[in-house]
Amino acid sequence: MSFATNDTATKHSAGVAITAEEIAAGEQRAPEDVARYALALGDDALMLGQRLSWWISRAPELEEDIALGNIALDLVGHARFLLSYAGTAWGRTEDELAYFRDEEEFRSVRLVEAENGDFGRTIARQLYYSFYAYELYSRLRESTDATLAAIADKALKEVLYHQDHAEQWLNRLGLGTEESARRMQRGLDELWPYVPELFHDDDVTRPLAEQGVAVLPSSLEEPTMTRIRAAIEEAGLTVPTTGTARGGDRSGEMSEYRGYILAEMQSLARRHPGASW
Amino acid sequence: MSEIENQAAQMPAKDDTAANNEWPLWEVFVRANRGLSHVHAGSLHAPDATMALRNARDLYTRRNEGTSVWVVPADAVAASDPDSKGGFFESPQGKSYRHATYYQKSEGVPHL
Repeated sequence: MSFATNDTATKHSAGVAITAEEIAAGEQRAPEDVARYALALGDDALMLGQRLSWWISRAPELEEDIALGNIALDLVGHARFLLSYAGTAWGRTEDELAYFRDEEEFRSVRLVEAENGDFGRTIARQLYYSFYAYELYSRLRESTDATLAAIADKALKEVLYHQDHAEQWLNRLGLGTEESARRMQRGLDELWPYVPELFHDDDVTRPLAEQGVAVLPSSLEEPTMTRIRAAIEEAGLTVPTTGTARGGDRSGEMSEYRGYILAEMQSLARRHPGASW
Repeated sequence: MSEIENQAAQMPAKDDTAANNEWPLWEVFVRANRGLSHVHAGSLHAPDATMALRNARDLYTRRNEGTSVWVVPADAVAASDPDSKGGFFESPQGKSYRHATYYQKSEGVPHL
């Protein structure tokens, strides 16, 4: 069913797309291993959405406030889909998973937990994550798990825009002034060590990838990094040579910031459980 | 790289005073559906045309409003003078013969 035909010059429907509520109420319950996979992907989106939302009211211009706010909302949307689906395996809601799990239960990579830093560093993080997410969701659309495939299909359209946003700014900062290029380069260099964690295979992803449910993280490295390198060079900057940070397994053991992000994100829900508008 | 250089050429002429540190202003036109015209939706600041289109998408098509967006440097819009409203817009008043409804339907004309 489509609402599009009802739209007029002054009246616009929301259109039709998958929703977190549908996933939560859906007939397809996630198997345990699929839920663990969805949880890790959802945690990445949730943490980055939370980090990015800090920029609202602080970006260089009002328009950029809204652009980053929009991207943050898209990411929280992806987190809602993925956590809702993961929750079907354990009888837990998206909110329970987002607000009532402890630090060591999260599975996000450190790249998305990294501090915003200046605008250049935030753009560096957007570049790395959105280029990865584009490759991930492009392939996850073919997942044998119908819900994951539907989520990927929806998320991909949004990630396409996030990629474009990051690349536009990369070019403008890289080819802008001496100072903007210096800061953009610094952001790229500082976050580079955390990129390989995105491509780390583990006991959840290996068997699921064999079944065609998950995308094997390591298989995304070559296509993602080729495009990231090309984008950096196109912007007149240097591909970083900084090494890889230790402990890249999503466990959070080596994570510096996860606890601080959760403290802020979860405090309201924990203080007033079940609160609603 | 050349794309960015092109962008600079598209940028509206900038006033180089120190006070003018803001991005230039753009007017945004959104078309809701095929077959309709682009309608002025509002304005925004952006460093160049490419970013103006993206900002327009974020500001004015969040609720499924658009299938096409135009941005125009605000400087490029020539506007009628609000003080000359009388001479400009009030002359058609009372000229009802300019409206189709003024005319009586002639006998025997079908499909009117």
